Amino acid sequence: MTAFLELRDVHKRFGHLEVLRGIDLDVEEHQVVCLIGPSGCGKSTLLRCVNALETIEGGEIRIDGERVSGRGVNLNALRADVGIVFQSFNLFPHMSVVQNVALAPHKVLKLSKKEALQRADTLLARIGLLEKRDDYPDRLSGGQQQRVAIVRALAMQPRVLLLDEVTSALDPELVAEVLTLVSELALESMTMLIATHEMGFAKQVANKVAFLYAGKIEEEGPSEQIFSDPQRERTRNFLRSIIEAKRL
Amino acid sequence: MGSTGVDGSGLTGIAPPGARPRRAAPFQGNLLASSVTAAAAVVIAGLTWWMLWYFDRSLQVAHGQLVVARVIEVALGVTVLAVPWYGLLALAASLRGRRLAAREAFADARMAIEDSRDHIWVVVGIGLTALIVAFLAFLLAGNNGSVRHVMLDWTYMWRRTHTGLLRGFWLNIKLFVVAEVLVLPWSLLVAIVRMLPGRACAPVRILAITYIDVFRGVPAIITIYLIVFGFSLAKVPVFKSLSPDNQLFWLGILALVLVYGAYVAEVYRAGLESIHWSQTAAARSLGLSQMQTLRHVVVPQAVRRIVPPLLNDFVALQKDTALLSIVGLLEILNIASQYKNQFFNLSPVTGAAMCFLVITIPFTRFVDYLIKRDRARTQAQ
Repeated sequence: MTAFLELRDVHKRFGHLEVLRGIDLDVEEHQVVCLIGPSGCGKSTLLRCVNALETIEGGEIRIDGERVSGRGVNLNALRADVGIVFQSFNLFPHMSVVQNVALAPHKVLKLSKKEALQRADTLLARIGLLEKRDDYPDRLSGGQQQRVAIVRALAMQPRVLLLDEVTSALDPELVAEVLTLVSELALESMTMLIATHEMGFAKQVANKVAFLYAGKIEEEGPSEQIFSDPQRERTRNFLRSIIEAKRL
Repeated sequence: MGSTGVDGSGLTGIAPPGARPRRAAPFQGNLLASSVTAAAAVVIAGLTWWMLWYFDRSLQVAHGQLVVARVIEVALGVTVLAVPWYGLLALAASLRGRRLAAREAFADARMAIEDSRDHIWVVVGIGLTALIVAFLAFLLAGNNGSVRHVMLDWTYMWRRTHTGLLRGFWLNIKLFVVAEVLVLPWSLLVAIVRMLPGRACAPVRILAITYIDVFRGVPAIITIYLIVFGFSLAKVPVFKSLSPDNQLFWLGILALVLVYGAYVAEVYRAGLESIHWSQTAAARSLGLSQMQTLRHVVVPQAVRRIVPPLLNDFVALQKDTALLSIVGLLEILNIASQYKNQFFNLSPVTGAAMCFLVITIPFTRFVDYLIKRDRARTQAQ
């Protein structure tokens, strides 16, 4: 049996810089997989490749058995299935919160304007930001903006959600509200692939953790095992430095 | 030896070795500056009065609307009296400062010198302005007021010419509005074509770049000359079927659109490029197509950002409708120069200039306001 999201020997280079050097990774349906690793190890690039925001040079990515990388793939249909949330929120500053959320369902899923707005309102109510629906993003706190960004991705009802260091640009006191929302999604068995520096969060929410080092997966396994009994020297070093920085 | 750190934490190398005793700043007078200013102030006032007197004398020779000129004259004459007064105040404050310094009341002395400096700046501000304005009046009065008579005679500037001038100006406004409405979509198209990605689009991209380079590089007046005369001489199909007047009008529009399309395309491009790629990434990641991303995410943000430079180009386009006078369109400059030949007086052309100012000055102020508001908003973030 094949996994829901499959990465097979994925390669990506920027000019001479080889960012991904043969990544193999499986994400089962309803599974939460966390990618950890030092800055520049390729976590973000990997997520962007799955969403086809970057093209890959070698290997293959499959969703539900269907190839979604390379030529002849309907990118817009793929992206409607694969949501991504960015470190820097990237909300559309010229649209109100509700318009941000309703835009893609209306334009891509071809929902009527009314249905799209209704769906947006339901989601905003869920994260307790319904009263902010007509505000513009720059009136919201970072945590609120990131929650809206997550909801904007959810409005497309994606089959898998990619989260790219969604708390790294937030003030410390705003991190919790975003992580709580992500944990709730995990409880509702949303399939997620998460790049994160929040080790405590990864430990708690992930079914599986993969440690990326220099464009390769150095070690992967159940989260309890990676955090309590890492097998590889590099994983141990990385986790030790995190503990020394009092972040775990 | 040097002192140790206060808490003995080994910061001795960083902490300064013993506090340096604070020296009192020496007193510095400005007697020279203030006496020069006081003397200059008297000279400025004298010169201004003399030039105003000269101007006034020319008013008695010439005839026409003199009340306004006289009011300005009197106002200026009275205002300029402030200049020597402040010059004297500056000198007095400077002397007071010196006296206080001699009594070692340094703080008070420095305050007096500060007063003196403030007064000197008042002399510079008012004096310079008065001098320049009076000099302009002096020039106008030159040759017994002939400059004023030739260029600023109200009779020819407005009273006997305004019907013709306004009729001509109405054509300028029509030219401007039609050209602008066409420039906006045309230049957006050029800008987008210029920014098309990929090797396959290179030929059409090069075409857009060539168009922009050529039409920005050629003086507008030559483009107009070539297009309007060239197309009507060559009897170009679509334009040929129009009546002569309409043909001139639409060829003029075509020339203006081509010239300004090239400028505005670059403004658009700057705007589109200023939108961070992460906005595109966010839109594409939601499944929006390239065109949907442009239409709903990039262009709306870009347009907001380029409103001020865009409006600047509008002002320029509005003024450049006058260039179409060389191809014989009966717009305001053409009509004004006909009046000029009829009356042997340039005042109708000044009248035409005034018509433009009535539109362009409020417009540019509006643009300044928008720029200021935009800056305030981005800085607040």
